[in-house]
Amino acid sequence: MTGPLLAATGVTKHFGGFYALEQVDFEVGAGERVGLIGPNGSGKSTLVNCITGTLRNDDGAILFEGRDLAGLRPHRRIRLGIARSFQIPRPFAAMTVLDNLRIPLLYAAHTHGGLWRTEDQAGDEAMDILGQFGLEAKAREMSGGLTQVDLRKLELARAMAARPKLLISDEAMAGLSSNEIDEILAILLGMKERGIAVVMIEHIMRAVMRFSERVAVLVAGRKIADGDPGEVMRNPEVERAYLGE
Amino acid sequence: MEISADLLVNALISGILLAGFYAAVSVGIGIAFGMLDVVNIAHPAFIVLGSYVAYMANQMVGADPIVTALVLSPAFFLLGLVLYRVYYYSFERRGQESLRGLAFFFGILFITEVALILTFGVDYRTVNTIYSETTWRAGFVDFPLRLVVPFVVSLAMTLGLHFYFSRTFFGRAVLAVAQDPLALQLMGINPRRVKELAFALSISTAGVAGAFLIVIQPVQPALGRVYIGLVFAITVLGGLGSIPGTMVGAAILGIAESFTATFFGPSWSPAVSFGLLLAALAFRPSGLLGR
Amino acid sequence: MKARWFALVVFAFAILLIAITTTTVKNEYFYTASYTVLQFVILATAWNILGGLTGYVNFGSAAFFSLGAYSSVVLYTLFKAPVPVGIVTGAVVAALVGLGAGYLTLRLRGVFFAIATLALSEVLYTFVVNWDFVGGARGAYIILPNEAAFGFHNNTQYLFALMVLMTAFSIVVARFIEISRLGRGLAAVRDDEIAAECSGVPTLRLKLVSTTVSGALMGMAGSTYPYFMQYVEPTSSFSLSISVNSIAMPLIGGMHSWAGPIIGAILLGTIQQLVQVTVSSAWNLLIVGVLLVLFVTLAPNGIMGWVDRWRARRKRS
Repeated sequence: MTGPLLAATGVTKHFGGFYALEQVDFEVGAGERVGLIGPNGSGKSTLVNCITGTLRNDDGAILFEGRDLAGLRPHRRIRLGIARSFQIPRPFAAMTVLDNLRIPLLYAAHTHGGLWRTEDQAGDEAMDILGQFGLEAKAREMSGGLTQVDLRKLELARAMAARPKLLISDEAMAGLSSNEIDEILAILLGMKERGIAVVMIEHIMRAVMRFSERVAVLVAGRKIADGDPGEVMRNPEVERAYLGE
Repeated sequence: MEISADLLVNALISGILLAGFYAAVSVGIGIAFGMLDVVNIAHPAFIVLGSYVAYMANQMVGADPIVTALVLSPAFFLLGLVLYRVYYYSFERRGQESLRGLAFFFGILFITEVALILTFGVDYRTVNTIYSETTWRAGFVDFPLRLVVPFVVSLAMTLGLHFYFSRTFFGRAVLAVAQDPLALQLMGINPRRVKELAFALSISTAGVAGAFLIVIQPVQPALGRVYIGLVFAITVLGGLGSIPGTMVGAAILGIAESFTATFFGPSWSPAVSFGLLLAALAFRPSGLLGR
Repeated sequence: MKARWFALVVFAFAILLIAITTTTVKNEYFYTASYTVLQFVILATAWNILGGLTGYVNFGSAAFFSLGAYSSVVLYTLFKAPVPVGIVTGAVVAALVGLGAGYLTLRLRGVFFAIATLALSEVLYTFVVNWDFVGGARGAYIILPNEAAFGFHNNTQYLFALMVLMTAFSIVVARFIEISRLGRGLAAVRDDEIAAECSGVPTLRLKLVSTTVSGALMGMAGSTYPYFMQYVEPTSSFSLSISVNSIAMPLIGGMHSWAGPIIGAILLGTIQQLVQVTVSSAWNLLIVGVLLVLFVTLAPNGIMGWVDRWRARRKRS
């Protein structure tokens, strides 16, 4: 396959007169580790929502593996290989941790993870994934009662269970302790071995710098920088956006 | 079929007069559902309850229904407070509003209807006011007073509420509470209290509307159910949370029903309101003037 | 594997029940009361597929019930259709309407779907009342031939037997859905629809399946009603009490398992039969309404919820 895994061009989204995104170009290559940063309200989550199909962009094209995603509902996109975690975790609270992972395994993973899975196969694979995330001990617990860091891990585990090619992690580390941040970071870094491209949206700069091969910056709905992490952070416009005028 | 001009105009006038009344009927749902996100499908049951209260007052002391309503709206206000408390503590606080809240209000609707049947029976009840039989005439156009008086009072009430919500502090707090309860709390205002009072207000409008209802037409306990479609059709058509929208929706429905009744027969009227509701839900659920 | 055993047991029980009652019980009232209770078991089970499993409230069970009933009336009036034909047609018609109504409204919030079902009920009622072919407000009569089909002693027993089989069928369908992949998907929809959609669950499609199956079973329950009562008229077939009972029974019995609706239906159905005979039918309805409100506020998980809690407590000790 030639060309980038994800190619979003000219993405625009407005709510009434307010432009959340204006002509944003964003690319992700296969297996790439991209950091997406920007002040609050700059449009990062809106961009994610447009990519995953939760929101419909008003202008611009989003191509995944060369295929135009326009008009495809979220469940179709995840079956194509785009998974996301939610900024505020949305577990299936009435289900066990294990059952939470069964859902994407049964419904999304079959298109490129192999065949349709049976209940038992899904259960086994789910335990596998939980093991990778250090959650196997909590498999039979109700997901509604997990700690914050475990909820974040569950979000990522659930995204992984869809066997994606691209995983978008939306502020998975917000509000966690330093050790917990390192746990999540290790998990995200491990995605590359599995051939999964990761877009990390974060405010925690040390994590972004350690993680990213490339960094893109959104400010007030526009992309103002995109490239090598060190260079981007030294960009005066980026400095201004974070430190103010 | 001959469509004569005076039939047409009279249907139109009736429709407009009816529309005023329908606005009063629906403004309560506009508040509860549109602004507070409480799906009070029992609202029409309270309207019918109001009708029966007005009926009793009329029977016992010959009171004019509209006077009864205005006097009794504090009682309905209290009822609304109690109801909201139960709803809030049972459902909203636990975040389970959707299915259980709906079932709850449905149960209340049903209980009210059955209680009325047990107390009053299924016969139609009506009131006699000094203006029930009078009709003003302007050429070939009829203005039956039993439609005009409710129309005038309804319009006053609806406009009054519109200005209340857009101009006063409390009114705007209500509009804010659904959008940003946290901001309200930071201003030292208790969101639950705001919602509670607004909901109570919506129930008292139901009581008042009920009084108008029995002036316009005879009432029986199951009428509430027919009005559900009407009320939600108006609110959805006009756009949730918008009182001017409610008035537009009421106009559309009032005129549509009036024309249907005149040219096809009154038994088709429920189909009109529910049909329009289904159409609105299918094609334009955000309404004509909705947010 | 377990599911197949379940189906076997349920149907075996059903056939046993039919065999025993038709040979030993002659009391007409027994059959009428049992028929009514079984009818409610089906309605409650059907409602729960969309309600308890998927999380969407249907206020118009009476509409789907009546679609089944009036399909039978139409077919019978047209060419004296035998009961099984009425059953299949009733189910299909109700399923299609469920699909259509769902398609129009399930893309919106659950609240709008609920209101639409209520609207549907009133619209259909108005149509039937104005439709002379099915008798309009006066109602329609169905007289079955004296010779009951399949060698049954009389038509009452024949229809009772059919009702038992249909009930067994509904229970098996509900259970199958619950433990299947579809059931897991529906549970995800019920829990958090957006998260489900983003986990690959085709939420709209599953909701439509749920509405269609639920509607079909309700239509099936209604399809034998005019045959059994030999008369049907719109006010009773579209009665709000049917819709309220369809909600109250699963809620009181417990919405989270296949057994809840059955328990609720038998309990509430029996209470209603007793109250109706001893006091009056209006008081009977009041009791249902009050129980519904009490349970939904105080015991939202129903009787099965209590059973589960009691079981959990025993496990801990």
